[in-house]
Amino acid sequence: MAFLQLENLTKRFGLQTAVDGLWLGVEKGEFVSLLGPSGCGKTTTLQMIAGFVEPTSGAIRLEDRDLLAVRPAQRGLGVVFQSYALFPHMTVAQNVSFGLEMRGVAAAERTRRVGETLELVGLGSFSERFPRQLSGGQQQRVALARALVIRPRILLLDEPLSNLDAKLREEMQIELRQIQRTVGTTTLLVTHDQAEAMALSDRIVVMNKGRAEQIGPPYEAYERPASPFVASFLGKTNLVGGVAVRPERISFAASGLAGTVRTRIFQGNHWLYQVETSSGLVTVIRQNTGQEMPAEGAAVHLEFPALHEARGGGSQDRRGPKS
Amino acid sequence: MTPPSLLDISPATRLGRGTRTPYLLSLPALLLFASVVVVPLGMTVALSFHDWGQYKGIVPVFILKNWHEVFSDSYYGEMFWRTFRIALLVTLFSAVFGAPEAYILNRMKSPWRGVFLLVILGPLLISVVARTLGWALLFGGKSGLVNAVLLSLGLISEPLPFMFTETGIVVALTHVLMPYMVLAVWAALQRLDPQVENAAITLGAGPFTVLRRIVLPQAMPGILSGAVIVFALAASAFATPAIIGGRRLKVASTLAYDEFLNTLNWPLGATVAVLLLLALVLIVFGANRWVERRYAQVFG
Repeated sequence: MAFLQLENLTKRFGLQTAVDGLWLGVEKGEFVSLLGPSGCGKTTTLQMIAGFVEPTSGAIRLEDRDLLAVRPAQRGLGVVFQSYALFPHMTVAQNVSFGLEMRGVAAAERTRRVGETLELVGLGSFSERFPRQLSGGQQQRVALARALVIRPRILLLDEPLSNLDAKLREEMQIELRQIQRTVGTTTLLVTHDQAEAMALSDRIVVMNKGRAEQIGPPYEAYERPASPFVASFLGKTNLVGGVAVRPERISFAASGLAGTVRTRIFQGNHWLYQVETSSGLVTVIRQNTGQEMPAEGAAVHLEFPALHEARGGGSQDRRGPKS
Repeated sequence: MTPPSLLDISPATRLGRGTRTPYLLSLPALLLFASVVVVPLGMTVALSFHDWGQYKGIVPVFILKNWHEVFSDSYYGEMFWRTFRIALLVTLFSAVFGAPEAYILNRMKSPWRGVFLLVILGPLLISVVARTLGWALLFGGKSGLVNAVLLSLGLISEPLPFMFTETGIVVALTHVLMPYMVLAVWAALQRLDPQVENAAITLGAGPFTVLRRIVLPQAMPGILSGAVIVFALAASAFATPAIIGGRRLKVASTLAYDEFLNTLNWPLGATVAVLLLLALVLIVFGANRWVERRYAQVFG
């Protein structure tokens, strides 16, 4: 039995089915992402675990105990909300301390743990500020500290980075992963950002229309997508002659599928090409190695990997690189 | 001096006529304000220093007789004290009933919220006089509807005292002024992130703790600004105290009215009116400053 177990979890709002018979087991210490477009049921799933939404049917078991029988306030979960939901009338320290107060932790112990957790998220010197006086990234860290300080059994993250700008988001991804590794808390992340899900998670649950289309490690889901939806949602994909081929697997060669470069976009570490061919528009990604690349309008030939390779990986690296 | 750049969009530069244009544009409004507010107010203040006698009428001299009378005669002290006691009680009851009402209203779903908002704001569409007379019809003496029913049922032997009592004034004024409190608190609650309550719950807070530690502190600026409005309106209210309190139970505004129109002692009436205005301005500005300073850091 897994640490956290979702069993045939279903939620209907009127005629609409938000979550449709979801099965998922999360191991202790694991970082799992629920990934999918808006309306796929990922947030509803998180809310059912947190206790804000009552499931229509199915069960949630935590350490083999029925979680649905426990009131939300007693579940002992740490939640980081998309809006951070900090208490605006309390200082950073008071925000973080709140959960400990509710647990009746003694004042001295509270001060110690609040200080420790704020150090962990790099906000040691901000304890007396009010949320309004902090940047978005700093508020995010406070929200994370507030959820972690109670030593939650599970950390639930609801689109925690979506309100940050791109650069900060990348920094926070790395930091979030480091913190999670340090503390070792079992974590469930809800996101619509496939890069974020792949960067952070041990396993991804790709959701579509309330169902899990694929559950697996990021590398596996990317290399061996279980459905066309997963293939198109995780990164870019070409459908050439009925076969899905990742753009970075296609190369320019002396012979092969003939085509004309429609557009060429430089993206620093790689070039993004749209090539007009007899089997439609093909997206090609080539690494920037400093060599001269075909210009727009140039006639090119595309070389495709062998079929088994196109589906992803050789047989010797089925399990993907060790992370 | 550098010429103004094209990006400089301060109104004066944009209008291109120096700094005079904005003043010229607001001149009509300023003239109206001066003629119907500032001038009469100045005249009232001047009036409070004039003399008055039963047979000589108003004598335009500068004396402190009226002010001396108001401050030395305990009758006026008692009346001002009553005025502010009533205003304070009305403010308190408005907050106690209005704040929860606003919270419930804020949590209601779409059709009901509109219906109950109308129920709360509806009374504002009816004249204060009509609303207060309603209370008089229900509780006025033996023939008042509620009293008549209770008497005939034998539940009370004497009609409930309501007319000409402070209780009556407080009840009727609270009813009249509560919508202002509800609106002020509601405005504050609408700025509240709905997830904040969920956040507190996940941290282990029970429903009562969430209300006391999370919702109430955030509603406080709304409650305080509502309190300032209700207090000012209650202390200066005229119609309700005039109908319920009548001549027997006077407050500052009804006293000023009586001095002006019945005793015809305009200077004394003006003194009472100016004193009420000064006291209110001091209290309202003081409270406002305090609220702003107290919450600047938190809510900005």
